[in-house]
Amino acid sequence: MGGSAFPVFTRYTGTVVPLDRANVDTDQIIPKQFLKSIKRTGFGENLFDSWRYLDEGTIGKIDRLINPDFVLNDSRYKEATILLARRNFGCGSSREHAVWAILQYGIRCVLAPSYADIFYNNSFNNGLLPVELEESVIDRLFIETSQPSPVTVVVDLRQQTISSSGGTVATFEIDSTRKQRLLTGMDNIALTLQHQELIEEFEVAHRRQMPWLFSD
Amino acid sequence: MTPATQTIYDKIWSSHLVGTRSDGLDLLYIDRHLLHEVTSPQAFEGLKLARRQPWRRTSNLATVDHAIPTTDRSDGVSGIQDPIAKEQVVTLDQNCRDFQIEYFDLLDERQGIVHVVGPEQGATLPGMTIVCGDSHTSTHGAFGALAHGIGTSEVEHVLATQCLVQQKSKNFKIEVSGDLGPGVYAKDLILALIRLIGTAGATGHTIEYTGKAISDLSIEGRMTVCNMSIEGGARAGLIGIDDKLIEYLEARPFAPKGALWKQAVDYWFTLNTDDAAVYDQHRILDVSSLSPQVSWGTNPEMVVDIDATIPAPTDFSDAHNSEIAERSLSYMGLTAGMAVNEIQLDKVFIGSCTNSRIEDLREASKIVKGHRVASRLKGAYIVPGSGLVKRQAEQEGLDEVFKNAGFEWREPGCSMCLAMNDDRLYPGERCASTSNRNFEGRQGHQGRTHLVSPATAAASAIRGTLSDVREFF
Repeated sequence: MGGSAFPVFTRYTGTVVPLDRANVDTDQIIPKQFLKSIKRTGFGENLFDSWRYLDEGTIGKIDRLINPDFVLNDSRYKEATILLARRNFGCGSSREHAVWAILQYGIRCVLAPSYADIFYNNSFNNGLLPVELEESVIDRLFIETSQPSPVTVVVDLRQQTISSSGGTVATFEIDSTRKQRLLTGMDNIALTLQHQELIEEFEVAHRRQMPWLFSD
Repeated sequence: MTPATQTIYDKIWSSHLVGTRSDGLDLLYIDRHLLHEVTSPQAFEGLKLARRQPWRRTSNLATVDHAIPTTDRSDGVSGIQDPIAKEQVVTLDQNCRDFQIEYFDLLDERQGIVHVVGPEQGATLPGMTIVCGDSHTSTHGAFGALAHGIGTSEVEHVLATQCLVQQKSKNFKIEVSGDLGPGVYAKDLILALIRLIGTAGATGHTIEYTGKAISDLSIEGRMTVCNMSIEGGARAGLIGIDDKLIEYLEARPFAPKGALWKQAVDYWFTLNTDDAAVYDQHRILDVSSLSPQVSWGTNPEMVVDIDATIPAPTDFSDAHNSEIAERSLSYMGLTAGMAVNEIQLDKVFIGSCTNSRIEDLREASKIVKGHRVASRLKGAYIVPGSGLVKRQAEQEGLDEVFKNAGFEWREPGCSMCLAMNDDRLYPGERCASTSNRNFEGRQGHQGRTHLVSPATAAASAIRGTLSDVREFF
C-alpha cells in the first residue's frame, strides 16, 4: 500500500469499541514478535496481542487463551470498527505494522484527543482515519460507551463531523491534503512522480551546491 | 538589512525543499536513507510490484540489526535458528543484491545497529536529511543533520522518489545548563528531560538541544540525547555544529576528503541557528544537581532519581494520570514508597542504539572492573553497537573486564532493546537496561524494564539491585 491506492474513506458508520488508555504505544498495538513477517498482511489476529490474550503470542499460533477482561473480547464490541482511545495514541516505534494490524482487524477509524506523529502519518498512507477530537468530546463518548447498548458513530470526512447514536455531535480538524488523500485513495508515489522534473532539477542544483553528498 | 532569524532546522529544511506537490504537501529531498531487515521488505516488494527502481541507489545504506541473534555467528545466515528472522535477513540480502544497494551483511565487521553504523562510517553528515524506517533515526541529529524515523510506506516512497512528503514542524529549543556531576551522564540528562516535558511534550516539533551541558557532551553523548527525542514525541532532535563534531567526523570512510572536506566544513558552520532566531517553544533544564535517573513505570516520562522512592498514584495531579500510574505500578510489580535503590533485578542489559558505543562500554567497564555480577542475576549482557565497536573494545581489553565479572559478551545488534531475537525477559523478570523504551512487554512478554545509563546498569549488575553508581567512586 506504500505507493498503491487503498479503499477510499468518505462517510463511514461503525460501532465503537472503547479502549480507555492514554499513551497506547505501537509495541502494544502489535508486539515485536509479529514484525518478523516480510508481508503486509496477517497482522489483524495479533492486534493488541498481549492485552487480548493471556498466553504469549507467536507468529502463526492458534488456540489462544482469550483474556475475557480486555475490551476487544467483550461480546458487545465484537463487530466494532471504530476505536475510541485516549491521548497520544500510537506513540513509540515507527512500525507501520501497527496501522496494518488495526486495519486488518477491521477498524477503519480511530477517535482520540491526540496522536503521535509517525503513527498519524502512517495512518494516511494506508487509508486509516485518525480523528482528533476535543478531550471533552472523547470523555462524552467514553460515557456513552459505558452503557449496555452499543454506540454507533457516523464519521463524515467530507463534512469533518462525527455524530454518535448517543447524541454526541462534533466537528474535527484535519488538513486538507491529508483529507483529500483519504477521500481519493490516490497513489502517493505516483502523485510525487508527477513532479519528477522538479525533483531532477532540484537534484542537479543540490549536487552543485553540496557535491560531498554525492558519491556517484 | 533585517537580521537572519533561521534555526538550524529551518536552514536544513529550506535547503532540501524540492517544492510543493499538486496536493499542497511539501517534498523534502533526502540525502541518506538507512535500511534494515524489519521495516524494508514490504517496501522493496512494493517497488518490485510497481516495477520501480531506486531513485538514487548510492544514497542508500543497509545493514541487519533488529531480528538477528547476538550469539555465535560463525555459520553466517544459515546459523540463524529462527526461520522467520532468517527469512527477513535473506530477503534483505536479496533486495540489496537486486537493487545494488551498499550493504553490511551479518558477517561484515561494519555490521551493527543502523544508528551506530551510520555515524561510525561518516555516512551521517551535518546538514543532511536522513531517514530510516526506525523511530530512533533522531539519533543522527547529534551531527547537525535533520533525521526522521519513517514508516514502511515512506521507505518505499523515499526509495522511489528520493523525497519525503512532509509538513514542516515547529521549532522547540531545549537549553540545558550546568555541569553534569560525577556518575551522571547524557542518558540521565535525556531521561530527566523527558520526565520534564512528557512523552508527547514535543509532538509536532523538531527539538534543538543547546546550552553548556550539551556542548560539553561528547559526540557519542549527544547521540544518546538525540536518540531519545522521539520518546519526548519529537520526530527529530538536533544539535548545532562545532569543532568537536568536525574532529569526530574527519577521515571517516564516507566523509568527504581533501578540498571537498574543507568546502563542506565551511558550509556546515553556516547552518548553526542565527542569533535572532525565534522558537515556538522553549524549555530550560539545569543539570547541576541532577542525580542518576531511572524509570519506574511503563513509559519514558515515568522517571525518578536513583536516591528517591517509588511515587504513589496520589502524587499525580489529575485523576487520569493517577490511574495511569496505578496501572504502571501494578505492571511493574512495585509499591509506592519503596526505595528505588533496593529494587532487586533479574537481568541487566547494556546495549541498544541509545547506549552501545565505545564510550558507553568504557564507562560501564570502569565501574565493573574488579567486581563480579551479583549471583542473583539470571543474566547480564553486553551487546556492542557494531562489529567495529566490538573490535575496539576488545583491543582495549574491555571484553575481558566484562567477561571476568560474569557478563556475556555478545555480537552486535538491537538485541534485548526490543527482544525480537532470543535476548529477552521472561514474564515477571526485571531488568536494568540502557535502552530507550520501558513499554509493557517491550523487552519480552510481561517483562519489567528500568531505563538507566550504562554506568548505572553496571553498578546495578554488581549489586543485583538498582544502584547509585556514585557509591562506586
